[in-house]
Amino acid sequence: MIVLLAEFTRPEALMRAARQTQNAGDKVLDAFTPFPVAGMAELLGARSTRLRAVMFAGGIAIALGAIGTEYFSAMLDYPINSGGRPLNSWPAFMLFPFAIGIFAAAVSGFIALMAETGLPRLHHPLFAVEGFERASQSRFLLAIEVVRFEKGPADAEERLRNAGALSVREVEA
Amino acid sequence: MSSLALNRIDTPPADTERWVLPSGQSDEAVNRIVSAPLLQPHKWTWRAWWIAFAVSGAMTVMMIVSASWLLIRGVGVWGNNTTVVWGFGIANYVWWIGIGNAGTLISSMLLLMRQHWRASINRFAEAMTLFAASIAGLFPILHLGRPLYFYWLTPYPNTMLLWPQWRSALIWDFWAILSYLLFSIVFWYVGLIPDFATLRDRARSNLPRKVYGALALGWRGSARHWHFYEIYHKAMAALAVPLVVSLHSVVGLDFAASLMPGWAETIFPPYFVVGAMYSGFAMVVVLAALVRWGFRMQAIITVSHFDVMAKVMLMASIVMGLSYATEWFDAWYGGDHAERSLVTFMFTGSYAPIYFVMLFCNVLAPQAFWLPAVRRSVFAVFVIAVIINVGMWLERILIILNTLSHTHLPSMRHLFFPTIWDWTLLFGSLGFFTFMFLIFVRLVPSVSMHEVRHILHEGAQR
Repeated sequence: MIVLLAEFTRPEALMRAARQTQNAGDKVLDAFTPFPVAGMAELLGARSTRLRAVMFAGGIAIALGAIGTEYFSAMLDYPINSGGRPLNSWPAFMLFPFAIGIFAAAVSGFIALMAETGLPRLHHPLFAVEGFERASQSRFLLAIEVVRFEKGPADAEERLRNAGALSVREVEA
Repeated sequence: MSSLALNRIDTPPADTERWVLPSGQSDEAVNRIVSAPLLQPHKWTWRAWWIAFAVSGAMTVMMIVSASWLLIRGVGVWGNNTTVVWGFGIANYVWWIGIGNAGTLISSMLLLMRQHWRASINRFAEAMTLFAASIAGLFPILHLGRPLYFYWLTPYPNTMLLWPQWRSALIWDFWAILSYLLFSIVFWYVGLIPDFATLRDRARSNLPRKVYGALALGWRGSARHWHFYEIYHKAMAALAVPLVVSLHSVVGLDFAASLMPGWAETIFPPYFVVGAMYSGFAMVVVLAALVRWGFRMQAIITVSHFDVMAKVMLMASIVMGLSYATEWFDAWYGGDHAERSLVTFMFTGSYAPIYFVMLFCNVLAPQAFWLPAVRRSVFAVFVIAVIINVGMWLERILIILNTLSHTHLPSMRHLFFPTIWDWTLLFGSLGFFTFMFLIFVRLVPSVSMHEVRHILHEGAQR
């Protein structure tokens, strides 16, 4: 498997190179950029995510747990007549489930985010590639896999250079 | 050509020139400006920082001493009396939590409204939120007669077989602040991960590289990372808005759920939310001016930022003025004797001079923002923002003092006189806030680098 890592200075050039790579029949593996480049995730086939569903489910579950706690304590375990108010004063009970439900949604989402992105992962082979540290600062890197062997990596490299790549490096996959 | 057209981002383009000066118009320039204080500290003498650090450190000690004395002797060391049972403690709480609202408003509400200029100010505004909300959370606990039992607010199995009283505003406060604070920490940290990665990759020495590397969790900026990051960040912003509005509404309900004249008003929750946004924005302006000056960030925190923030404060000052007028009108129109007599007391009673100063600070002074020249003078905006912060604190204390000093029963009426411990705790908390903020600017990037880089390119793509 031949993997090339091309370095660009502008997101437009990155996108152009990614499209040309796909049109030529090679495979775009990933892009590493200093900020989200619009269209790149879609080009890589970003699937619809369950992240928000997880947030919703986590938030609702904890909120229901909070309502349950209130109901159990105020109705069953320790019913107390406070100024003639109904034991199940549900409007007054809503703030606690609401606030803690939103916090639970945030935490569930964070866990889902870590699961989806595969983080935390402090070591990655890519960090050893020279120039990779620029991807978090000002350079746009494109990783492609050369599939069409009849023409070889030289053709893919030339295509990337024509699209505006500063450098093209072969990396170990 | 067609591929270029496809590259267009579907959000409205940012007018980058307005928010980033030419000297900051490249990714590298943004990284350099923001990371220099953290990675090249020798570029500064840090004299002003050390002076501020020493002064705020001393004030932090003052706060610790005041709080300790309070815990040893009890609430009696404050000026609170049997009539004015809430004094500085609750006013400080409301004031700090108000400041603690603005960071989340800036980072979430302005994000949802696609106000790109927030990119330069949201990071330190969120830090401000964290510090202010944590300080705010201390005051109700200190104000408890027996603070050591504050954990009774949580439902946990205990030998007394008791449960929290869910109908109590104190319980609402506890959960609202706790959830908000923890939520804000998650929101803030996730936004920081890509910036920690930038610092990791720029650091030349070993220790910063390791620390920032660990904090970055191995972020590689891959398309997949960004995809999920953006989904999560937007969902968090959408959740933050109702949370932040509910938080200060609950603070308003602490008052409105009572039967006291001047408090039992349905306007309180929204009026508190706007007041919180108002004082919070004023504090953001103060911090923006200091960060901009201290770290030479004129290129990315521009005069235009102060211009728009001044407009927000002008709007808020008008809403505040309307809210005050609504209170007066309601008292008159409602016809209740206690309410009418309270408004008379506000304008003619013992606290009237403070009330007029408050009206000047919150309603009159910000009207200067109608003039573009004032809005575009960083110094003028800074001074008016400080005035607003003073005015908002006066408003918080007057809401408490006026109502409690002028209750239904004339024989119970009593004035409030703060003691030295009231003042030391107030200014001590300000020192503690400054202290934490000074540590923040030396360890964490004060401006969100990846978001500023993003708006630079959005502007360039037009």
